[in-house]
Amino acid sequence: MKKTGKLFSFITFLFALFFLYGISFAIDAKTDTIKLGVAGAHSGDLASYGIPTIHAAKLVIDKINAKGGILGKKVELLVEDDVCKPEVAGNTATKLISDGASVVVGHICSGATKAALGFYKEAGVIAMSPSATNPDLTLSGNYPNFFRTIAHDAVQAQLQVQFAIENLNVKKVAVLHDKGDYGKGAAVLAKKYFIQKGVEVVLFEGVTPGAVDYSAIVTKVRHKNPDLVVWGGYHPEASKIVTLMRKKRIKTFFMGADGIKDNSFIKVTGKYAEGVYATGPRDVSKNSLNILAKKEHQKAYGSDPGTFFYAGYAATLALLNGIEKAGSTNYDAIVKALRTEYVETPLGKIRFDKNGDATGIGFSVYKVENNVFLEQKIKK
Amino acid sequence: MDFDFLTYLFFGGLTRGSIYALIALGYTMVYGIVELINFAHGEIYMIGAFTGLIISSVLTMLGLPILAIVVLSALTAIIYSCAYGYTMEKIAYKPLRDSNAPRLSALISAIGMSLFLQNYVLLAQTSDFLPFPNFIPDFEFWEPYAHILTSPELVILITTVIVMICLTILIKFTKIGKAMRATSQDKVMAVLMGVNINRVISITFIVGSATAAIGGILIACHIGQINFYMGFTAGIKAFVAAVLGGIGSIPGAVLGSFVLGLTESFFAGYFSSDYEDVFAFLFLVLILIFRPSGILGRAETKKV
Amino acid sequence: MTIKNQIKKSFLVSLWFMFLTFPILVIQVNTVENVIKWRWLNMIGVGIGSFFLSILWRYMLEKRPEKGKQTKKYQLFFLNNILHEKKIFFPVIILLSLFVLCFPYIFSMYQTNIMISALIYVMMGLGLNIVIGLAGLLDLGYVAFFAVGAYSYALLNYHYGLIFWIALPLGGILALIFGVILGYPVLRLRGDYLAIVTLGFGEIIRLVLENWNDFSFGPSGISNIPKPCFLGIDLSLQGTTKYLFYIIVGMVALTIFVTNRLQNSRIGRAWIALKDDEIACQAMGINKGKTKLRAFGLGAMWAGMGGVIFAAKTTFINPASFTIWESVIILCTVVLGGMGSITGVVLGALLLILLPEYLRAFSEFRMIIFGAVLVLMMVFRPGGIIKNVRRIYKFDPILEKNSVKNEVNS
Repeated sequence: MKKTGKLFSFITFLFALFFLYGISFAIDAKTDTIKLGVAGAHSGDLASYGIPTIHAAKLVIDKINAKGGILGKKVELLVEDDVCKPEVAGNTATKLISDGASVVVGHICSGATKAALGFYKEAGVIAMSPSATNPDLTLSGNYPNFFRTIAHDAVQAQLQVQFAIENLNVKKVAVLHDKGDYGKGAAVLAKKYFIQKGVEVVLFEGVTPGAVDYSAIVTKVRHKNPDLVVWGGYHPEASKIVTLMRKKRIKTFFMGADGIKDNSFIKVTGKYAEGVYATGPRDVSKNSLNILAKKEHQKAYGSDPGTFFYAGYAATLALLNGIEKAGSTNYDAIVKALRTEYVETPLGKIRFDKNGDATGIGFSVYKVENNVFLEQKIKK
Repeated sequence: MDFDFLTYLFFGGLTRGSIYALIALGYTMVYGIVELINFAHGEIYMIGAFTGLIISSVLTMLGLPILAIVVLSALTAIIYSCAYGYTMEKIAYKPLRDSNAPRLSALISAIGMSLFLQNYVLLAQTSDFLPFPNFIPDFEFWEPYAHILTSPELVILITTVIVMICLTILIKFTKIGKAMRATSQDKVMAVLMGVNINRVISITFIVGSATAAIGGILIACHIGQINFYMGFTAGIKAFVAAVLGGIGSIPGAVLGSFVLGLTESFFAGYFSSDYEDVFAFLFLVLILIFRPSGILGRAETKKV
Repeated sequence: MTIKNQIKKSFLVSLWFMFLTFPILVIQVNTVENVIKWRWLNMIGVGIGSFFLSILWRYMLEKRPEKGKQTKKYQLFFLNNILHEKKIFFPVIILLSLFVLCFPYIFSMYQTNIMISALIYVMMGLGLNIVIGLAGLLDLGYVAFFAVGAYSYALLNYHYGLIFWIALPLGGILALIFGVILGYPVLRLRGDYLAIVTLGFGEIIRLVLENWNDFSFGPSGISNIPKPCFLGIDLSLQGTTKYLFYIIVGMVALTIFVTNRLQNSRIGRAWIALKDDEIACQAMGINKGKTKLRAFGLGAMWAGMGGVIFAAKTTFINPASFTIWESVIILCTVVLGGMGSITGVVLGALLLILLPEYLRAFSEFRMIIFGAVLVLMMVFRPGGIIKNVRRIYKFDPILEKNSVKNEVNS
């Protein structure tokens, strides 16, 4: 009798504790600060895309608070994890809303962002993603509360196509993707533009991420003999495919998008990365704010910043600037400020258009040469 | 040209099959003895690869010759995988066996262990992909054929065959092998005949883990990168292969792996790699409908 | 065991663990940057930690009820007894329902929202409980039916503007049809073979959703799925959350009611009998195939309805939400709670889904804690939180005095 009873009361006790914990949070939320949420993948397999944004937001907020905050209030950071899963992102969003966030930097993945935006929209919260590149997010017009500091996939795909035709002079391409939200989306766009330009797409297929072996698809690439392989997806799979292609003595050009324009791609792929093309945000490393942000990161974390760090830094700056210019945390005022006021960021001087895309942010094509991404010029 | 394509696909399928086989062997051995789907087996494979990477980097910094690095780190990886397999069995499965828990409880315990080990490596090491050093250089004599089958793939193929032969010898002709067979047939009788079944089970886990570690290192060489999550997907596929061949049977696991690898390769080659996994699973269902206990599995007849 | 022995043993264990965790916990290599970090402090931590934990471990193992003796009949029935004792049962139910009704007004929207997620899993856990707990069919692809439900609402709404209330039963029925179609060829497989085939089906459905862009919009998913409307009124975000909460509470109540009735019905008894001994069952004239198929189909139906509610809650679905991990989590709720026991499954699902949410404070450690909890629960309570109590019909002189009140109960 005792044993089950004890266990039962223990469980009840646990639940009670959890609820108290929840309430205490709710009470906390009433203090007078401006709350900035950061949401994204902070654990799980995509964590390396989400964590740099937290670092960025922290650095910006610390700097602003040291100067006395904005509008006479301190800025408070709320960090919530969504593991890049849509179903978790909904909970993350309501948690941030309940905690009183007025603006959110995030989310990281497009799918999770879509799931969260509905909640933010109804609660009048502005979200700004440093990394969600799905074109629908801004172009569909469904999410007036969404902004981003990265250009969307369609821009990138058009650039890829242009580069492939002008510089590489391709006639036949193979488009591969990782069946994911980001990868397949980008691949579909690339295929569309290639066909529009009259380039033959000889292969359009997805591979299973995490599979132990890609020799079947590589064999197929050899069989179809395209001039270029375009990859939609993240860098780990790209690295596996390129490595296997080169090991099997296939010398076809390989081109990816910003998912592979990451230094870890070069480091993981090693010598086989030479000659790989990738599109990515325009090189802004000469920008003074950019250099400053990099220094701050090195000082605080002892390493070079990770992917989307600068975009996250820019998003935080833009949002806080919007609040400051708006003079309040009123939704309409901030939106108006974001659309009209320019702000200096590590990505350059930006403003947002009516869709929510940042103006003045573009893509360039890079090529791996001697273990670094070198910006390429498009032939005219 | 077309015949070439077929050859390429055939060898691609063989490689893939032997990769599955290296992992499936451990699955099938453990299942044969304790009838447990050891969900954490993929994690042992991952730990093997990680240990190999860590030790080899340390040794590289010490400046040892390449051959010594390869041998030493492979050995350490195998030893550590065995140690993890052994400990895992003692913590997560043995207490359950002792208390006669339902079989599903052991499955959940295995799932818990798998999650634990994944996140243990994630926290202790990193969530990033790490490049794996290329232990297997491109052999010069093999160069004319490298476009069909790369050197690592060749090594994987040969190793699989060797491992399978060794395991078969172990099970068929040694004393411990006899004890294993006895335990898998009837635990109570085995105890009565003086078999220490706890020891047999421990040894099974150790041998299974050793094969997983070999697989881990070889496959990491083949794909050139590792991360904490690599065990899961590979584990599921290997498990499918083991079931396909008839779980519990060692030649079955190898045959099942090759069949699965070849089907996937041919399907991806001639149709579409989008649906390659769909086809693999459909094929599994078909085989199981006509042979409910796998290709080489013992047909279970239940007597009343 | 003497103290000296204990210490010696624990010392050895701690040495073993220090050896075991050496490469992974102590050395950190960054092959990208080519730096090695030695973290000796971790090793000391592991040594001391495992020393004390091993003492605790052995103590707990000894305290564990021994083999054979573990069912002290009257003790384990405690919870079930109070739940069947009318004097206690009704006040408890009334209090509980009052609490549930007030829940969205007491707690924040976030709390309500995660409670909705948890309750969806309660519903699916109860559905899977029919398949595993009652009929004993190990289903590792349960998430497939969840996906069928979610996609049927999302797609029907997208193409034909179907509202939530029509989609809810429709999703359930579609999932049921899927369950029967998938179940028909494979149900003659036994045990783990069935498990792997159902796992395969789960994956097939996900992969098809992922690849067939024209049908399911592929991995980019379907967004803007409407939330249920209340008598044609569009509610605010707060309002819909509360409304959805009551809907799922109602659905859970219905599920509990139905499974409870099923459990004690003719077909429920047939399932339990089938789980124990198929051959004896057939000898008693039970149609094996049909009975199994019913369990499979009914279980699938609940998952389908859960899927519809899930789609309405998240307003966005894509195939990434329906991976094999989802099936595994649902399976865990059933086994952790106690197979076959309704109260157990409800508790198990609440615990398993709410735990990671509340463990957010531990952020990166939450999954490792979750894994450890699963292992420990199974080691120390292999039957789950609440062990299912089989209904027995037995004359017992000691019980007889009480049994006037509760004759039917255990």
